[in-house]
Amino acid sequence: MPALLELKNITKRFPGVVANDGVSLEVYPGEVLALLGENGAGKSTLVSILYGLYRPDEGVILVEGRPVRIGSPMDALRLGIGLVPQHPTLVNRHTVAENLALGVGSPLLPAQRIVPLVERMAQGYGLQLDPRARVYQLSPGEKQRVEIVRALLRGAKVLILDEPTSVLTPQEAEALFRVMRELRAAGKSLVFISHKLEEVLSIADRCTVLRRGRVVGSLPKEEASKARLAELMVGRSVSFERKRQAAQVGDVVLEVEQLEARSSRNLPALRGVSFALHRGEILGIAGVAGNGQSELVEVLAGLRSPEAGSVRLLGQPLPAHPARLFALGVAHIPEDRIQMGTVPSMSVTENLALRTFDRPPLARGALLDPAAFLAQAEARVREYAIATPSLHTPSRLLSGGNIQKVILARELAGKPQLILAVHPTYGLDIGATEQVHRVLLEKTQQGAAVLLVSEDLEELLSLCDRIGVLYRGWLKGPFAVGSLTREEIGLLMTGGEA
Amino acid sequence: MRLEPLAHASPWRVLGVTLAALGLAFVLVGGVFVAYGQNPFEVYRLMFTGTLLEARGWQEILRRSIPLLLIGVGLTLAFRTQFYNIGAEGQLLLGAVLAAGVALFLPLPAPLSLPAMALAGALGGALWCGLAAWLRLRFSVNEILSTLMLNYVAQSLVIFLINGPWRGKDVRGYIYSDRFAEYQQIPLWPGSSVHWPTLLLGVLLALLLQFLLFRTTLGFRMRIVGENPGAARYLGIAQGRVLLLLALITGGMAGLAGVGEIAGIHHRLIEPSQLSSGYGFTAIIVAWLARGHPALVLLTAPLMGLVLAGGDLLKVSLNMPFRIVDVFSGVILFCLIGSELFLRYRLRWGR
Repeated sequence: MPALLELKNITKRFPGVVANDGVSLEVYPGEVLALLGENGAGKSTLVSILYGLYRPDEGVILVEGRPVRIGSPMDALRLGIGLVPQHPTLVNRHTVAENLALGVGSPLLPAQRIVPLVERMAQGYGLQLDPRARVYQLSPGEKQRVEIVRALLRGAKVLILDEPTSVLTPQEAEALFRVMRELRAAGKSLVFISHKLEEVLSIADRCTVLRRGRVVGSLPKEEASKARLAELMVGRSVSFERKRQAAQVGDVVLEVEQLEARSSRNLPALRGVSFALHRGEILGIAGVAGNGQSELVEVLAGLRSPEAGSVRLLGQPLPAHPARLFALGVAHIPEDRIQMGTVPSMSVTENLALRTFDRPPLARGALLDPAAFLAQAEARVREYAIATPSLHTPSRLLSGGNIQKVILARELAGKPQLILAVHPTYGLDIGATEQVHRVLLEKTQQGAAVLLVSEDLEELLSLCDRIGVLYRGWLKGPFAVGSLTREEIGLLMTGGEA
Repeated sequence: MRLEPLAHASPWRVLGVTLAALGLAFVLVGGVFVAYGQNPFEVYRLMFTGTLLEARGWQEILRRSIPLLLIGVGLTLAFRTQFYNIGAEGQLLLGAVLAAGVALFLPLPAPLSLPAMALAGALGGALWCGLAAWLRLRFSVNEILSTLMLNYVAQSLVIFLINGPWRGKDVRGYIYSDRFAEYQQIPLWPGSSVHWPTLLLGVLLALLLQFLLFRTTLGFRMRIVGENPGAARYLGIAQGRVLLLLALITGGMAGLAGVGEIAGIHHRLIEPSQLSSGYGFTAIIVAWLARGHPALVLLTAPLMGLVLAGGDLLKVSLNMPFRIVDVFSGVILFCLIGSELFLRYRLRWGR
């Protein structure tokens, strides 16, 4: 059978990097090809080339055996290549039908005429959608379905899904996989981009692994395993073993009782949240984004005042000031490492000094000591193996993983009593994730208490002693890990009962 | 031809792009000279020889640079901290008003008079700018608008004072205040109108603020607030206090410039347009050129001083309207802002 889509020796260079280096791959009708790789491996560049956003420097693209030139997304769609982007690109205030009619509808009453087509899709592939719903009312999973239907309506034969599960709950991801199987059965080809190995193993027919812009392996499903794929991605064997020997749970570090808080939009965000966190323990907070996680962490970090309830740190009422909290041993690894955790225009050295620049040894009185800044930075960069061209490099030029290491090195430098870690591995590659996890476990062993907020259930299940689920500001649990299955946690996340 | 994103612009690239933008501005203004019926080469030759090759020319450049230096240093600090103060002109006027008030109505021993005028002037500018900062902190009023609008209030205030309560007794038909006493005037460099103590103060403040910004805990805090307010919040830095302090500094510097103009040159409170001739706006270019480094204003202020002094020459020798310098300033700023593109992108030829 001839390949539906074939790339031959695609090379794309950017200043200082070769993003794709002689990449060749084929996609056959009726198969799911997984494209795996760490951040920076060249997946996004390849997708952009296929969808006409970049043009390759070298190499050819063949569609059904004919060489083609893809100069724009219009060209890509004409050739039957559709993209489901990672973050939906829909008009929020318009209805589903109006969004779908953009670009394909007839000039007269476009939205109305699209409705029967949408219904046919729904029956054919299990893509349930209400064409009259407005996009802002939809869940992330539903928005994604709109994107899929849009690509299909435009005649896509090859569908590229760019990290489609990153915004979904386990249940929604399962629903997506059902749709993908239907599409495959109907003869469509799917290119599934991901770095989550479990998902790839459960849905893909073949896996192609990219590393540093090159194809380092292409395995049929039967030969692929988690360990094998991870090794190909990282270039060395990877340990998935995270759980420490035995939790040595000590005294209470943090005690939260009947905590209530409002969001920035003045809506109730936390409703009677209570829990206790002990020395040597990792407590996970699961939940779909926007269910009170940010507000909980902000209250604990001194960035938001609670409406009611009490928070006690080591038996004392929690002071509502970030700098005083840090002095008491509260480390905060924030959700947004660019907007909050670092000053991107400042150097690595300065970013490492953000917490302690105004006291000895970094300052004498009101004067900064540049030599002390450098000495501290040098030590931290070595200890945390931060890859930076120099100590004076602005932190915005570092990779996500190295920016996160700068934050870890700064926040965990003292002897933290309580670590607030929010999505600490979001967007990081396997190697960096491994290091972040190791550091968190190490600090727990040394007696720190960790509050870990994450949307990655694998991460929570492998690291935490107990897991609580936030749903609309209510905290369910915490439950001991092992007393709940993934599916039960997923249900709690969407408001069901386990 | 296409643009490729540039991760980091080296200092050499910044310098090159800035010089190219200045060069382009001179070419474009040359076009204006042609439209005015003049040979642009001749005009530029006159402008540069008249200023750079003659002692009098140098004095003029320095005289013009003094207010630009003081205001520019303050604005550099403000822009760096993302407080977009467009109201230095008004702050300069308020500084002049308070200094004149002290000179005219406060009986002080002679040696204390000038220092008191300087203090009052700095205070006037600081409060005028502090008002805008307070409005931003308390009611989230955009400071670009409030500082700009306060310029007009300040102008009207000066016009009101010299027409009414402060109008001089011996001025006949003219509209200005009485003349300051001898001891209320800033000494001049002999044979010129360069009030050197103000110049010295400007140079010292430029170096001092450079030191403050890069070598003190307060400066570090200012940079965090300016470069990433989210991080400032996360670290628990009192942003309001930093912002207010900064507004007082930048306004105070503009106020000092006002003191220099009336106590150094005019020796009385006069009409706003004669008192300042737009220093508060020209200094925006000075600060923009300095790109966040107060000490670099020591170079950029004389550069714009040259443009202003050159404009004076063109007015006198070629009978051009003095507003030609506004055209100059406008085109320079336009080219500079446009050239930012080439600090973030690299131009590539071919496919």
